[in-house]
Amino acid sequence: MERLLFDQLDEELYYEKMTNGLDVYILPKKGFNKTFATFTTKYGSIDNYFVPLGQKDLKLVPDGIAHFLEHKMFEKEDGDVFGQFSKQGASANAFTSFTRTAYLFSSTTNVKENLETLINFVQEPYFTEKTVEKEKGIIGQEIQMYNDNPDWRLYFGAIENMYHNHPVKIDIAGTIDSIAKITKDLLYECYHTFYHPSNMLLFVVGPVNPQEMMNFIKDNQAKKPFTDQPEIERKFAEEPTTVAKKEQVLHMNVQTPKIMVGIKGNYTNQKGDTMLKNELSTQLLMDLLFNQSSENYREMYDAGLIDDSFSYDYTQEESFSFALVGGDTREPEQLQEKLTSILKQAKSAKNLSEEALERVKKNRIGSFLRALNSPEYIANQFTRYAFNEMDLFKVVPMLEEITFSDVKKVANDLIADDRLTVCKVLPKNS
Amino acid sequence: MEKVIDNQGVKLHLVKTDKYKTNTIVFKMKAPIEKEYATTRALLPYVLQSGTNTYPSFTELRTYLENLYGATLSVDLQKKGEYHIISITMEVANEKFLKQSEPLLDKALTLLADVLFNPRSANDSFDEQIVAKEKRTLKQRIQAVNDDKMRYANLRLIQEMCKDEPYAIPVNGILEDVDKITAQSLYSYYQDSLSSDELDLYIVGDFTEEEVIQSCQAKFQLKSRTPKKIEQTNISKRVKENVIIEKQDVAQGKLNMGLRTDTRYGEDDYFALQVFNGLFGGFPHSKLFINVREKASLAYYAASRLESHKGLMLVMTGIETKNYEKAVTIIKEQLQAMKNGDFTEADIEQTKAVIQNQMLETLDTSRGLVEVLYHNVISGTNVSEEVWKEKIANVTKENIIQVGEKIQLDTIYFLSGLEA
Repeated sequence: MERLLFDQLDEELYYEKMTNGLDVYILPKKGFNKTFATFTTKYGSIDNYFVPLGQKDLKLVPDGIAHFLEHKMFEKEDGDVFGQFSKQGASANAFTSFTRTAYLFSSTTNVKENLETLINFVQEPYFTEKTVEKEKGIIGQEIQMYNDNPDWRLYFGAIENMYHNHPVKIDIAGTIDSIAKITKDLLYECYHTFYHPSNMLLFVVGPVNPQEMMNFIKDNQAKKPFTDQPEIERKFAEEPTTVAKKEQVLHMNVQTPKIMVGIKGNYTNQKGDTMLKNELSTQLLMDLLFNQSSENYREMYDAGLIDDSFSYDYTQEESFSFALVGGDTREPEQLQEKLTSILKQAKSAKNLSEEALERVKKNRIGSFLRALNSPEYIANQFTRYAFNEMDLFKVVPMLEEITFSDVKKVANDLIADDRLTVCKVLPKNS
Repeated sequence: MEKVIDNQGVKLHLVKTDKYKTNTIVFKMKAPIEKEYATTRALLPYVLQSGTNTYPSFTELRTYLENLYGATLSVDLQKKGEYHIISITMEVANEKFLKQSEPLLDKALTLLADVLFNPRSANDSFDEQIVAKEKRTLKQRIQAVNDDKMRYANLRLIQEMCKDEPYAIPVNGILEDVDKITAQSLYSYYQDSLSSDELDLYIVGDFTEEEVIQSCQAKFQLKSRTPKKIEQTNISKRVKENVIIEKQDVAQGKLNMGLRTDTRYGEDDYFALQVFNGLFGGFPHSKLFINVREKASLAYYAASRLESHKGLMLVMTGIETKNYEKAVTIIKEQLQAMKNGDFTEADIEQTKAVIQNQMLETLDTSRGLVEVLYHNVISGTNVSEEVWKEKIANVTKENIIQVGEKIQLDTIYFLSGLEA
């Protein structure tokens, strides 16, 4: 077991790779009641074209299957796992993102039992035709819930605009039609390909004894007959650097229009420190342009173009990246023009200030400390970072290292006319 | 763990712990919700956070906060029972985790005092331009609920169910009343509030108690007051439930049901009610989740929650419009099963375990901890964590059935799709 110390943050992290390939991390948190654990596979909605375990050819699977699989993991021959967790005083959940599927629990008692339940239920799939069919009604309603949610539609509309081929443009839950094609055999095929321990990471954070916990996990894994598995072959179609669509308008049952301007990122296949630096530099750039202390925010707010729903975000993974900015507005055309012009000016650094950079860096450092209060943040983000070969605990030193010229370079590289797009949600009668 | 100090009109609550990397400050203002002033009150915190005489604009204030290592300042409004509560929350890094050390907590307290006692104002009026901008944003905030169907259905249920009660007033106020507010009327409302509202200041984190007490005593000097209390009114029970169906262009129908529990936070049988709610719809092992979602496959979410200070239990689910009757029938059956005591000792134990767990988890976050402690202020009780745990542990099946006898379905609200 390795021990990693982070003096300035007063944290320590324990790590060991199991013989079956599973990465296990334990972060003791003194003073907390709760232990939080996530068991995550590097498998998300974008992994829809791959060579299934033991086969030779690439296979395209139905949209939404990773998420469907996540739902079905909770059902077992003798009932559902939620019940098991609550008997042990825990609350359990799961989520599927573009690149990951995570199973998690939190509990203040029976931590070992709960951890065992978590590991075992994820490592023992049980799918039948009957339970698969039943789930289609439930997920169908989940899809409809999102269909009525204008913010979700706006978000996905903007991503859809950006991508010609990449599966990031497909809604994580799929559609009612696509999930109709899912069968128990397809679920098993995906499961066996992506849920091998060598493709997974277990993170435990809470008031635990790390050595005891690590031994417990090791014993559990040693009892299971995993055999080595070759590296997973995933394939993404060729993706141009330019956006697929410049604009999309969705007419919905809303009163207030919404817009989202997107910039398709041009960095792919980054990882490790390179990716960390790029991601943080881009976030700092977005802070400079759009955060609440910026001149741009003041101008847009004073002009009545934005309200407190305004937000921005940058997402980067190995095979895609994008920045999004927008919110509710009475003046979608004007806001689109304003956001586009802010971004274009930033390309040549006209509206970027070195003094403001120092301030937004301080702000990011403070936010990071605040985030470390949250076991959920630590476990989820650490896992995301690790899957991209980045180290969460390098965030502060990396922020300190980033210079004004790094941010200017990111602005110049990222922003380009043919990578900008806009999605709007407008009231139906307009 | 909580140290309470009466300090000239502002009650100080200190919780010392070294488990966080930040210190959290929450200032609460409590007054009964009144139709005439609700919109003014909803505007107030947003104007306060828009500038002080020291940092005269939102931009300057935010710039200062960033320089304090990303200190946060946020405002929020809640209805707790028939009280309308303003919260102003700050969170600031603990300087021991930073390379440079500045007294960040004290600076944050100074800023909070500046926001409260030195807002951007002159001649007994807030700044006209700030008020105009925040009125515009408030209108958008009020209207935004129309575009979020889950929140909308909940708001409509409460409006219908509590029609003649102050509780029906929306937390962000009433659209038509926004234009009536002026920079002067808002200012004078604020002065009245500062002198008559019940005020509480919570500080959670790792600090030197003496220093913080002295600092607060110097910065927060107000007159003592006797806060206004709400008289609990008994609502006459309906003979038959009220059914409201509204049609809109939605993909999923939203079914919200309101029940009267006649049991409020601070009352003896409230603990049994918590267990009742947990068994009925509070968790994934509950009757609603199992029967509406897992067995009938009608919904993705099906749950119930308590409005603990108002004595309501609210059921919510999202279904296909054509399944309305089916869903209502199942939910009513499950309510009846609860009332009949159709649950085992093991079910009760399981529910108590997750309730206890939920509470302990809430206490792990500084904001959660403040919310839990503040329940005592609202209900005028003093339930400690230990007492709470013990009372939950002691709830019996008979207690749950008894508290169930008082629960009555009042209103069904359905936001229906157009197809049915």
